[in-house]
Amino acid sequence: MRPAIIAPAIFAVGLLLTPLATVASGGHGPELEEANIDLHDQASLQRGAKYFVNYCMGCHSLQYMRWQRMANDIGITEVDLRKNLLFGDAKPGDMMTTAMRPEDGEKWFGTAIPDLTLVTRWRSPDWVYSYLKSFYTDPSRPYGVNNLVFKDVGMPNPFTHLQGIQDPLVEGHGAEEHVVGVKLVEQGSLSPKEFDTMARDITTFLTYVGEPIKLERQRLGVMVLMFLGVLFIPAYFMKKEFWKDIH
Amino acid sequence: MSAESKSEVTGFLGWVDKRFPIMDVWNDHLAKYYAPKNMGFWSFFGSLAITVLVIQIVTGIWLAMSYKPSAADAFASVEYIMRDVDWGWLIRYMHSTGASFFFIVIYLHMFRGLMWGSYRKPRELLWMIGMVLYLAMMATAFFGYLLPWGQMSYWGAQVIVNLFAAVPNIGPDLSVWVRGDYVISDATLNRFFAFHFLLPFLIAGLVFLHIVALHRVGSSNPDGIEIKENKDENGIPRDGIPFHPYYTVKDVAGVIVFLALFAAVIFFWPDFGGIFLEPPNFQPADPLKTPAHIAPVWYFTPYYAMLRAVPPIAGSQFPGVVVMFAAILFFFFLPWLDRSPVKSIRYKGPIFRGFLAAFVVSFVVLAYLGLMPASDLYTLLARIFTIVYFAFFILMPIYSSIDKTKPVPERVTT
Repeated sequence: MRPAIIAPAIFAVGLLLTPLATVASGGHGPELEEANIDLHDQASLQRGAKYFVNYCMGCHSLQYMRWQRMANDIGITEVDLRKNLLFGDAKPGDMMTTAMRPEDGEKWFGTAIPDLTLVTRWRSPDWVYSYLKSFYTDPSRPYGVNNLVFKDVGMPNPFTHLQGIQDPLVEGHGAEEHVVGVKLVEQGSLSPKEFDTMARDITTFLTYVGEPIKLERQRLGVMVLMFLGVLFIPAYFMKKEFWKDIH
Repeated sequence: MSAESKSEVTGFLGWVDKRFPIMDVWNDHLAKYYAPKNMGFWSFFGSLAITVLVIQIVTGIWLAMSYKPSAADAFASVEYIMRDVDWGWLIRYMHSTGASFFFIVIYLHMFRGLMWGSYRKPRELLWMIGMVLYLAMMATAFFGYLLPWGQMSYWGAQVIVNLFAAVPNIGPDLSVWVRGDYVISDATLNRFFAFHFLLPFLIAGLVFLHIVALHRVGSSNPDGIEIKENKDENGIPRDGIPFHPYYTVKDVAGVIVFLALFAAVIFFWPDFGGIFLEPPNFQPADPLKTPAHIAPVWYFTPYYAMLRAVPPIAGSQFPGVVVMFAAILFFFFLPWLDRSPVKSIRYKGPIFRGFLAAFVVSFVVLAYLGLMPASDLYTLLARIFTIVYFAFFILMPIYSSIDKTKPVPERVTT
């Protein structure tokens, strides 16, 4: 290896490692559970859409997502969409906004209710999945619950009747006391496994909503890379042909 | 030479050539511009930089057709582009990925200049035009980063514009003048959009000057030899080959490889693990909610790390600001700091090589530290590597003149 190659090699390796190192050190706070979602799973997406509309959309909007686009992408027919998901005078071409007025939300919950279109992009799918699963009893909070990954969250647990009641697992004493986990103390109408699937369905749906084009972009990416790969072959041999007399 | 063209062309081309020196331009800059035959891998990054510039300008114009530069609509208009505009997602990802790739290409282009001694006489002006280009690029990137109007856009701009407030006496007024308001606001977004749209055309003009200067002095090469000093009986450099077709066919192959890497990121990893598109930027700007950790985009973080590394003096951040800008300005003086009798690292001795390697390591480490929240250890490391960074420049007149060198050959080697 020529010495002049060493410095650029360091430079190149450094460039490659920088993002990896950042990603690796991203985690602080409680450990997140892996969501293990599959964006190809249309049944999961459809269930997630149904759960989101039923349990979340009373307060939370998906203000950058259109009903129709969503239905088309995840295989919900327009008849189904109109019959089961659209409410009030909403039209398929409308954005998926909640009927609650923002000022009411702020009055009732003490804070602006976040739009969730991009929540999996500024948190992460794992965060959303963990969040949905980690509500625990905390009498000091206005709605009687707190959340392991979102301390002092301002909303109630919308799934209490399904998931059941979870108590905090506490470590340390006095000022050092902190919650390290949750345990189910009273099961709801779903088994823990069933509730995991429900949380995963909602996470899958929200991940889709965060970037509806994602699967299409990856599909196109394969074709673009194949095209460039094929294009490189004549380009390479043309260069070789022109340069064969240069010594 | 009269105003008549040097070349004989007929037909439509001949008609044009009598009125515009199209054949002279073609010959002087492509078909009869002689470049060293030994430039190799590191010569790709000039043509790649032009490729990315064109990509950025074209995608930028298309984005501007649907983007709304107002605090109320900017964030939503980006999501509109991502969702409702045909191919908007692709144009937007090309532009956001292109910004990072532009800096990767330029940093490698500059590093090549450091290795080959491309800043040395007679290329001082070429190098300095390049540095002005780098500054213009940084300004463009900074203005552009506010436009998505996400949390990181907003607070990043807030932090950087506040640097102006650290200037003694006029600071506070200066920062208000830059923002057009007391905080980053709709007024700031509007003017940043105007500048972000304008500066690329200035960059294109500077690229033209950069190439004019390059073609006056000729391309450098890994041997650091002037090929013009050894010409044959026809006045053609013995070690030169016409840029077209030799380097055009070579660069076409290079551009295809580059586009493959570019496409791999656009189609499979557009946020690049939160480095190219930072997660907080998927939340709309909120002037009342400061994110826990504010960091500029990766290509600015070496300088940001230096800013944070310098302790405030008498409660003023101004020394840090001075250090940060000095870190960039020192590049301008390289032609006069390097006293080595040889240009290229190939014939320079171990001291220069060691300093260059240390410089590259310090740049990469500072970039990493600038992305991270400050801690005691990181601040200490940032201070050490800031010193290493500056030592490369400040000590260069000494170490470059005492360093051992190897004899430079008469002709280029391959």
